[in-house]
Amino acid sequence: MTNPFSTEAAGLQARHTSERLFKLSGLAAIIFAIGFLAIMVGSIAFTGAGALRESNILLNVDLGADNVDPSDPDGASYRTIVRDALKERFPDVKSRKDRRKLYGLLSPDAALELKQFVRDNPEAVGSRVDVWLLASDDADIYLKGGVDTSLEENQRKFSDAEVSWVDALTAAEQTKRQFNKRFFINGDSREPELAGILSSLVGSALTLVICFAISFPMGVGAAIYLEEFAKKNRMSEFIEVNINNLAAVPSIVFGLLGLAIFLNFFGLPRSSPLVGGMVLALMTLPTIIIASRASLRAVPPSIREAALGIGASRIQTTFHHVTPLALPGMLTGAIVGMARALGETAPLLMIGMVAFIADVPKGFLDSATALPVQIFLWADAPQRGFLEKTSAAIIVLLLFLVLMNLLAVVLRRKFERRF
Amino acid sequence: MSDISSKFATGINPFAKKSSGLPDKLIMVVLISCASVAILATIGIVMSLIFETVRFFEQVPITDFLFGTQWSPQTAITAEVVGSSGAFGAVPLITGTLLISFIAMLIATPLGLASAVYLAEFASARTRSIAKPLLEMLAGIPSVVYGFFAALTIAPFIRNTGATAGFEISSESALAAGIAMGIMVVPLVSSLSDDVINSVPQSLRDASLGMGATHAETVRKVVLPAAVPGIAGSLLLATSSAIGETMIVVMAAGLAANLTLNPFEAVTTVTVQIVTLLTGDQEFDSAKTLSAFALGLFLFVITLILNVIALKIVNHFREQYD
Repeated sequence: MTNPFSTEAAGLQARHTSERLFKLSGLAAIIFAIGFLAIMVGSIAFTGAGALRESNILLNVDLGADNVDPSDPDGASYRTIVRDALKERFPDVKSRKDRRKLYGLLSPDAALELKQFVRDNPEAVGSRVDVWLLASDDADIYLKGGVDTSLEENQRKFSDAEVSWVDALTAAEQTKRQFNKRFFINGDSREPELAGILSSLVGSALTLVICFAISFPMGVGAAIYLEEFAKKNRMSEFIEVNINNLAAVPSIVFGLLGLAIFLNFFGLPRSSPLVGGMVLALMTLPTIIIASRASLRAVPPSIREAALGIGASRIQTTFHHVTPLALPGMLTGAIVGMARALGETAPLLMIGMVAFIADVPKGFLDSATALPVQIFLWADAPQRGFLEKTSAAIIVLLLFLVLMNLLAVVLRRKFERRF
Repeated sequence: MSDISSKFATGINPFAKKSSGLPDKLIMVVLISCASVAILATIGIVMSLIFETVRFFEQVPITDFLFGTQWSPQTAITAEVVGSSGAFGAVPLITGTLLISFIAMLIATPLGLASAVYLAEFASARTRSIAKPLLEMLAGIPSVVYGFFAALTIAPFIRNTGATAGFEISSESALAAGIAMGIMVVPLVSSLSDDVINSVPQSLRDASLGMGATHAETVRKVVLPAAVPGIAGSLLLATSSAIGETMIVVMAAGLAANLTLNPFEAVTTVTVQIVTLLTGDQEFDSAKTLSAFALGLFLFVITLILNVIALKIVNHFREQYD
């Protein structure tokens, strides 16, 4: 007679192996998914880190009297001065085509930089000075090692001549890399080396302010009504069905709603944070209502009974006793909802927040764009210089999302009460 | 003292303030109108979509839209050029949408289910407390980031792999978009399935383990079959969100309306076309612009049906074991 518990029993070994395999496959799935997340965020962060540094080129510019009139320094043609300095540095470059390439080593903004330099240092007028000027995106990519010089010349954007000039400048210690503060204080630009995220960041902030101002009070109001006052009838059921469905409607459909109703019917200004915030508010409303209801439900009935027992009306009970206790939970839900709204792109495309915005929007009715839309626009831009800008903008967006979610966690920990 | 007792005697609540700010009726009206915004939003969506769609079908027959296999929404350049008003056959868009969603579910289903089973049945409390939030993070990352990664990393990777194997794969393929989307909906599948698996009564497991089944056998033959309806619900919800997903496909799937089931070719989707039709310059009354609303209505109806079925299944499942 065989022992049914012996390990030699038919197939037991195999069954244990399959048990281990089954367990392993579950673990593998989790590791795969989290690994994908790590690779995605890691590779984007790696690319985006480059955007934190910008390249500068040191040039000896002639601010002599024939170039800059000391009585009117702003009237000088700094573009010519910069170009002359480049010509002087590389006197061998003669043909027009090569010269244009040479000028292309510097950003179109270099002339403005020089003008600003003269404004800040009026005593420099009349002499020759060494000035650090911003390099163009192509030179910047080369200086950061982004150009594969082993490729044939016609297969890369940066020609041999340009390589030799930049190498000569580097050898003479006339190039440097420094922290790129433009990325944080500039608006969008056609030139990758000048493009920054400030305008879209402000656009996102304005949009979220509107979104919060609408969706939080409305969401809390709806939750209070449904949880504390509504009788179980057709009406309240219908509202609940609507909330659940609204939570699952594709985000782009909200964009269509915004386009047809807010823009075309009410004639609100296109591309404005006001409309963007309204559309996002409708999208976040279900999240806030659901979170607020859960947090109202967590307030024990004894609080209500105590308040009612000493003679408070139902309205007083709700607003003086129940809601304040539920408020931290509601806020937590709202922050999570705002984080989701911050990452939303598709509905904003529908209402025109997809324009080229170089200036920081000043109000809720100005044309604006949002950070995720800026990412989408840059990802579409043909210049290679935008690659690291896009990645860096993504990292900024993710940082904000992490911060908001951390804030929600901290709030929850700090105010969490066990009744 | 006699003051208070006399008030009690007359039945007046001595603690009631004369007026506590707003009258109660007004507060109730405000609260009810807050709650009605959800209804108004739904009505707004349905009305705006239907209204524009009806106008679209005045210009283009509904049968052309639903059964046509050509999609090239050009509007006539001049009024005289009749007939060049474009073709509005939505079939290639629908197959494209379904193809990408299918690829996404092909990836999300095994990954999501295996993760859910592991987290619910095998993982220690500590592993669970680390792995679950990490998985949830996948859902928290904006879709524009997935789109960027799909277009920039996944698509070239697929193309290069294809090139070394001797295939010609276009740089915008259904596969790249599908993979990114699949990973994005993994947490949707895993967290819902996790809930469902957890709500299978412990007695079923105990019975199976008591009969000598291994833990894995118990999961495969007892727990999962008991959880099938709930899991199906979670898969439907994930499919619905894959169908409605926009940014990934806009950035990685392309614009060419190919009627194909080949995952290596570029396809376009309903959402991509809505975005391309409505961004940039638009005349509001042209068939081209109106067709975006018809596509939107289609999207709304499909996702609504999927969601309603999914929620019914999941709720029914919950009641069964409660």
